[in-house]
Amino acid sequence: MASNGKKPVLVVLQLSGGNDALNTLIPYSNPLYFDNRPSVRIPADQVLPLNDSVGFHPAMGPIKELYDAGRVAVIQGIGYPKPSRSHFRSMDIWHTCEPDKIGTEGWLGRTLRELDPQKENVLTGVNFGRGLPRALAVAGVPVASVGNLDSYGVLTGIEVEDQRTAALETFARTYSPMLGKGPVVSYIAQTGLDALKGADILTSATADYATTVKYSGEDVPRYMKNIVQTHAADLGTRVLYTTAPYNSFDTHAGELANHTRLWTQTSKAIADFCTDLKEHNISDNVVLLVFSEFGRRVHDNGSGTDHGSGGVAFVIGDKVKGGLYGEYPSLEAGKLLEGDLHFNNDFRGLYATLLEKWMGLDSKPIVGGTFEQLDFL
Amino acid sequence: MAKEDIALMAHLMRRAGFGAPYTELEARAAKGYEATVQELLHPEQQPGLDEDIMMRYKAEWVNKNALEGQQEEWVFRMINTKRPLEEKIALFWHGIFCTGHAKCENPRQQSLEIQMFRDHGMGRFDDLLMRLATDPAMVFYLDNCMSHKGAINENWGRELLELFSLGVGKDGQLNYTEDDVKEAARAFTGWTVVNAMPRYPYGRYLSKFVYDPKDHDDGPKTFLGETGNWNGEDIIRIITKQPAAARFVARHLYNFFVADEPPVPAWQHTAPQNPEAIKQLEDVYFQSKYDIRAMLQLLFSADFFKKARFARVKSPVETVASTMRQVGDMTFPKPGLNGVTLNIRYMGQDLFNPPTVEGWHTGKEWIDSGTLVERINFCADNVGNVNHPGVRAMIERLRSEGPTLTPERLVDGCLEQLGHYELAEETRSELVALARNGGAIQTSAAAFPPRAAQMLQSIVSTTEYLFA
Repeated sequence: MASNGKKPVLVVLQLSGGNDALNTLIPYSNPLYFDNRPSVRIPADQVLPLNDSVGFHPAMGPIKELYDAGRVAVIQGIGYPKPSRSHFRSMDIWHTCEPDKIGTEGWLGRTLRELDPQKENVLTGVNFGRGLPRALAVAGVPVASVGNLDSYGVLTGIEVEDQRTAALETFARTYSPMLGKGPVVSYIAQTGLDALKGADILTSATADYATTVKYSGEDVPRYMKNIVQTHAADLGTRVLYTTAPYNSFDTHAGELANHTRLWTQTSKAIADFCTDLKEHNISDNVVLLVFSEFGRRVHDNGSGTDHGSGGVAFVIGDKVKGGLYGEYPSLEAGKLLEGDLHFNNDFRGLYATLLEKWMGLDSKPIVGGTFEQLDFL
Repeated sequence: MAKEDIALMAHLMRRAGFGAPYTELEARAAKGYEATVQELLHPEQQPGLDEDIMMRYKAEWVNKNALEGQQEEWVFRMINTKRPLEEKIALFWHGIFCTGHAKCENPRQQSLEIQMFRDHGMGRFDDLLMRLATDPAMVFYLDNCMSHKGAINENWGRELLELFSLGVGKDGQLNYTEDDVKEAARAFTGWTVVNAMPRYPYGRYLSKFVYDPKDHDDGPKTFLGETGNWNGEDIIRIITKQPAAARFVARHLYNFFVADEPPVPAWQHTAPQNPEAIKQLEDVYFQSKYDIRAMLQLLFSADFFKKARFARVKSPVETVASTMRQVGDMTFPKPGLNGVTLNIRYMGQDLFNPPTVEGWHTGKEWIDSGTLVERINFCADNVGNVNHPGVRAMIERLRSEGPTLTPERLVDGCLEQLGHYELAEETRSELVALARNGGAIQTSAAAFPPRAAQMLQSIVSTTEYLFA
């Protein structure tokens, strides 16, 4: 749990598309790695070693620095039984904690329901991106979804300031009387007023933020900055979420160049995020989870890698006990699962650790059972 | 033309299609309500879209490999079709007979299924179920290709009964037993596909339905009380003559075309809100031998339909397609269509990829604080854009009413142009106050178009406009 009375905050960065775990945390002293990766391999002398057997992709320098400072937990061999190689299905499983049936409630939506059962704060959960990830979706749980923090809100297309003010006033005045008009219209009116209020607070409270950190690029860097901005505004937001662009980590072809580009950007964005939190002196109650829906096939396809299983996740923060957690899955042919790394670490145990040891919640109803927890918090 | 006739036509076109601009409403109203219903019910008599032009501009509509490309193509058809009910009925069945991209990963295969809904969605229910049972996307999606003689997979057998034809129960009674599910699954063994369709690792191929008699369990089965050596077509024959099948189709049609009903899983215990309407639809189902077109004919001509204005929350796809029709944009496969289509996803509906086999939860469940903001901003941005030909037409129309408009008339005129929307009295008086803000309303003034556009924006932001 976070100390000094501030409430713990969970930030999630989703790497969509299936990040290649084998080329992220590279078993650089294992000859089987080089046997299986005749083309899509990182030479041992370029790896950023964590110990004698594994090391980071060379583009992950900024994360390596955080690791050396003891703030990065690397969760190896993460996955779930009977892995799905479909992006959508596997991501659904990570979002809903339902590997056997199709679930409809997101684990963070459930978390928000526990954190704010009376829905007192419309900004308890905030997503950065267009459309709500299923992880945050539970019927009746309000979550703000922000495509662009600088221009977020209702009727933002009206450019003339006075006109927009008049339109928003009319909006509020037409929605309020609907509150008593039957369950459906009342629900819609409440939702509209919540959205208006949330947008108002969010845009005005975050306007004062200034930083010396130079984030570079759109999407993940911009949203990581927006997350710091929102956290700095101290609005009671407990869960913040963002997603790497649609399936960007899906490196079927040209992986060496693409994966380097992706991790260069992602590592810098994560390090900038941490630096920015420090600069504002608001880092001690934040933990960042970085995950992807699956790892990729052990053997490369000549140019990239196809969908696999068994991935790697990261938990980063001041309060995190850095190091390697779980075991690196075996690369021996007989121990692979249909050509993929065999998971040995259920992601629901990772979630449970974050929920119990960080957020202070009972994880069982949220992740749907009891799973072995890790010691990184 | 009486305003009531146009208002009724606007209602019909919102439900049987994706709305229509005012001039089309007038032309249709002049032709008459019943004549329009007949035209809608017989889409084959109207011209199709010019596929040559469409395909020349959009390579991704030719290869059909990408989800977003297929979503875009379908939405383009909804916006531009001269056969609105053909697209609407395909959307109706897509929300019930769900297959999902998450599993199929083959948009070309799924698009063939949607075409089947277009071609046969208003035909006989038993024929439609047969086509569904042999549709490769469905056979794969619900694992019937994994169901074998002596080792059944119940997925298709169960969903056929629960979600596609009977429902769990009606009037508090169960419609079938667990044994019926197993017997149905046995009857469909051997109904499989070749080139089963996962994208990885072999790439995307079309699958083909095949019946494998060697894998078919030909033994006797008892299904819904009837015993015989049933095959799949027998199961469908027995299903479609059940009163529960009539109830199922009637209730779904009512929910989609007339008024939001409680969520489908509640139907076992929750009576229809209009039992009489449902009874009429059930009667036609049997009289016409399961003909969906005959049921729709009754529905569109019935008072219960004509009176049910603004009784449904618009779905995201209805919101986007009808807005485009209204503002006259995307009449051509031009750049930017994909961006428009993505708004449907942002509003919570990923076409070709429903969240589960149960489809999308409709009614008020479309609305949450994120999707509501997306919806309002999308509609407001479009009706506020005076460069759109449809918006210009609305403004010209208001201008033609005379040199000045009263604030009340500006509000009412905009409501009419948007399809005779109706507002609660409190809402209307707020909008009149807003209209009064800027002083006298001179229609020839340069400030008139933005002023009218601003009114349109405020109207599409109301709770009332979320409904159709």
